[in-house]
Amino acid sequence: MILTLARKELRSLFAAPSTWWMLALLQFIVAWFWLARVDDYLQVQAQLAQMESAPGATIAIAAPLVNVLAIMLMMLIPLFSMRLIAEEHRNQTWLLLAAAPISPAHIVLGKFLGLLAMLSLIIVATGLMMLTLWLGTPADPGLIASNLLGVWLLAASYAALGLYFSAITRQPVVAAFAALSVSFGLWLVELGGGALRALSPNLHFQNMNAGLVSSVDLCYFALFITAFLLLAIHHLRRELEG
Amino acid sequence: MASPVTLSAQHLTRFHGRQCAVNDVSFVLRRGEVLGLLGHNGAGKSTTLQMLAGALPPSTGMVEICDISLARRPDLAKACLGYLPEQPPLYRDMRVDDYLRFAARLHRVTPARLAEQLQLAKQRCGLLDHGRRLIGTLSKGYQQRVGIAQAIIHQPTVVILDEPTVGLDPAQLREIRDLIRTLGIDGSVILSTHLLHEVEQVCDRAVILREGKLIFDGSIDDLRQHCDIESSFLQLTAERPREAALP
Repeated sequence: MILTLARKELRSLFAAPSTWWMLALLQFIVAWFWLARVDDYLQVQAQLAQMESAPGATIAIAAPLVNVLAIMLMMLIPLFSMRLIAEEHRNQTWLLLAAAPISPAHIVLGKFLGLLAMLSLIIVATGLMMLTLWLGTPADPGLIASNLLGVWLLAASYAALGLYFSAITRQPVVAAFAALSVSFGLWLVELGGGALRALSPNLHFQNMNAGLVSSVDLCYFALFITAFLLLAIHHLRRELEG
Repeated sequence: MASPVTLSAQHLTRFHGRQCAVNDVSFVLRRGEVLGLLGHNGAGKSTTLQMLAGALPPSTGMVEICDISLARRPDLAKACLGYLPEQPPLYRDMRVDDYLRFAARLHRVTPARLAEQLQLAKQRCGLLDHGRRLIGTLSKGYQQRVGIAQAIIHQPTVVILDEPTVGLDPAQLREIRDLIRTLGIDGSVILSTHLLHEVEQVCDRAVILREGKLIFDGSIDDLRQHCDIESSFLQLTAERPREAALP
């Protein structure tokens, strides 16, 4: 049942031209940045060769690229997630799901997985770009893997957040704005420093960006995602079952 | 009457904020029956049907479908139920076949029976030539048919249709009425409408709502008894005198 909903969600995401435009734009910017980093690296390569422990190509090129991808996903995911449930309410298609023998948990998980599948494609595309590093230099597969895992978990967190806001409002634009405000706020919290930093998904992503995969960060992401999915399920359940 | 009860609504009440949209409505539906839900705009017809379909929780009262409580086992109860809302719940960017397959899977039609059920639903609703069309490009009448096909694709015992004949031309109207009659042979159908002659033609029983209250529940013959059906409807639903309207 969850898979039926996820497949449907993935299909309707790809049925919208705006999805293709956003994906193309994202891919273009990531590729541009990638080439710019490679270019910079090649220019300083001569100096780097003189240094004792010079940064490798992976940490100089791949890690900053994933960092840029993370910030772009923060801005783009609300645009994808806003429609998930809010639009069903607006187009009255919600009643099809509401009258079907499925639970709110099915709906929320199905939609979350559908969106996550699409986001995984973006991350896989970026991963493929990084594989080209091996064409010119030995790269660090561990660092690349931790970066990709980190950005995937970050994307899943933003998707869960966006899904929650899409569940509690009937206006997709409001859902997008709310999700963007919260994720941007959490990003600023991380930049601001202090004890509150631990709340921000970005801080936990930064560790993985640097190549450190710790169970604390993994737990944090699992908690963040579960919390927002449960909130969304709870909200829909109250709406359906009183 | 010996036939078993397929749907029973007991003391349904629903508040929208402080306004009472449906007030203590009770009735039952039996197998082999087509029930017409009549009332003016704003009488609470759609709200009642949404509660019967499990899409809106009643403030008080309960619904049982095939003797299963909708509040306690929504998954089991809803499996016996097909529902067409007032505005057909269509995804405009999907093809008719894909949409109907999705609706069938949502209602737990097994993959083995999917193709057969899809064909049957399309045939019943006159959609055989429209499977590859995008729903958004169909005319209103055809969209309405897709909505009906979605409600019957899993062959539910109880079919709830909210104004199913809106937007259909006279030929389609006749086909859909015939379809509703066929559905009422094995299962049971509840439909809402403004059109009195429609109730007269397809329904066995009528329930009339006024301002959220049930004011008539009986066979079409009962309704017809006094004079013609139109004037008895108008008589029943006529505005009450001002003083009587106050609580």
